[in-house]
Amino acid sequence: MLITELKQKDDVLSLIKGKALVISCIGCKEVYFPVTEAEELHKELLAGGNVSAVITTDYICNPENLKLQLKKHMDKVEAAEILLVFSCGVGVQTVAELYPNKAVFAACDTYPLPGHQGITPLEPECDQCAECHLSDTAGICPITACSKGLLNGQCGGSKNGMCEVDKDMECGWERIYRRLEKLGLLDSLLYPAKIRNYIAIAGAGANASES
Amino acid sequence: MRITELFDRGEFVLTTEVGPPKGFHLDHLLHEVKEYLGDITAVNVTDNQSSVMRLGSLATCKAIKDIGVNSIFQITCRDRNRLALQSDLLSAAYFGIDNLLLLTGDYTTLGDTPQAKPVFDLDSVSLIHAVKQLESGIDLGGNELDGDPPKFAKGAVVSPCSDSVDVQLAKMERKVAAGAEYFQTQAVFEPEKFFEFMEKAKQFNVPVMLGVIILKNAGMANFMNNNIAGINVPPDIIEELKADPEKTKAGITGVEITARIIKECRDYCQGVHIMALGWEKLVPDLLRESNLVS
Ligand code: SF4
Ligand code: SF4
Repeated sequence: MLITELKQKDDVLSLIKGKALVISCIGCKEVYFPVTEAEELHKELLAGGNVSAVITTDYICNPENLKLQLKKHMDKVEAAEILLVFSCGVGVQTVAELYPNKAVFAACDTYPLPGHQGITPLEPECDQCAECHLSDTAGICPITACSKGLLNGQCGGSKNGMCEVDKDMECGWERIYRRLEKLGLLDSLLYPAKIRNYIAIAGAGANASES
Repeated sequence: MRITELFDRGEFVLTTEVGPPKGFHLDHLLHEVKEYLGDITAVNVTDNQSSVMRLGSLATCKAIKDIGVNSIFQITCRDRNRLALQSDLLSAAYFGIDNLLLLTGDYTTLGDTPQAKPVFDLDSVSLIHAVKQLESGIDLGGNELDGDPPKFAKGAVVSPCSDSVDVQLAKMERKVAAGAEYFQTQAVFEPEKFFEFMEKAKQFNVPVMLGVIILKNAGMANFMNNNIAGINVPPDIIEELKADPEKTKAGITGVEITARIIKECRDYCQGVHIMALGWEKLVPDLLRESNLVS
């Protein structure tokens, strides 16, 4: 199971630098999702003027369902430069895979919760790291798409775009860079050195078992 | 002595690297350092290189320092979490070892102990950041250090001939932003690519040391082309190695090739980093042929 929590409001608002559409996944039974807080933030995003609509749906981690749900909103999807996704890490990555030419940003952090694992497709994966990085990394998870889970860029081991650990796997950081390049978003790699915070995961587990 | 002081003075810096043995006897390594590396500014000591378990880099640095030679402590993030890494940095400071080369490290499965847990709690960029933070008197946990903080020369690596050189440059930029003060490069066999790389890297305004490997034979070149990231030995060099097997075996061809590359690239870089890979005895010849010593 997992928990999604909203990122800091200012961090989310600062992502909207152009025409945007919000996709909000109300989730599945396996996910705790902060519905009320999210709705408040949706209102604020809409008031900002750049967000054309908030599309609320479920199971966006299933690409077929996602396509179906967005079908009736295609005009808005096409008009948007930015897709801001309220969901677990898998949902954000599924949207990013479906729309390779759009900037896809994450509004939530995904935490693990001990117990039953949600029904999610095998790919893409989310490791529930509690500090979702997808907004900086073109919607590709640096933790699961890179064999070393590197947060700060490509290691020296990539050859011909493939990973040093598994020669049949594309280097995750090569994918991140190429996609950012295509979107004209390479500046998003200029964030300060990132370090994982394992207490966030431990804390989530502890709180969950207390509640 | 921190090699950054030499770069600041505009000196052309020479480094080389040695790999500690699988065992705890350093006589042979120290003998080679004394015998052949006298003209070298500082000697890198690798850290479980290629994920092969060996004697520690820090202990070897200390032994090298004790015979009066400057060393560079290589640290990877593969085997230690942030507590152990910071602790080893303080240990280095205690021993007076103040040159660092900070790396992410090869993956565990590439070496001789593939069953091991890959750590990667930090990576090259966050490790550089950690060193910088220690230098300000605070550790990564936000806790104050007792007494004067340590001061290091913070080095990092970059791959100028990588097939994804733009991705490497983006990483280099992050390393510089985190506090990297000098760079050693992966081995260069294509000067043209190095020039192009330096054209782009000069914006970062940090000293870059050209990395070179003395080639032992054509087989080694082919192996590296197929297996080592960021290395591409062009066909004409491979032919040159094949032409006179005796001369190549004696190391003369390898030294000639390397000296040529150094001379071509010298004006584009601030130093040379020689990876002799067991051919330490050829380093004096190489330095002479490259006109780096008289
Ligand atoms: S960065 Fe990856 S592991 Fe972390 S929450 Fe986002 S998708 Fe999940
Ligand atoms: S080659 Fe790429 S995917 Fe593999 S460990 Fe290095 S950066 Fe990560």
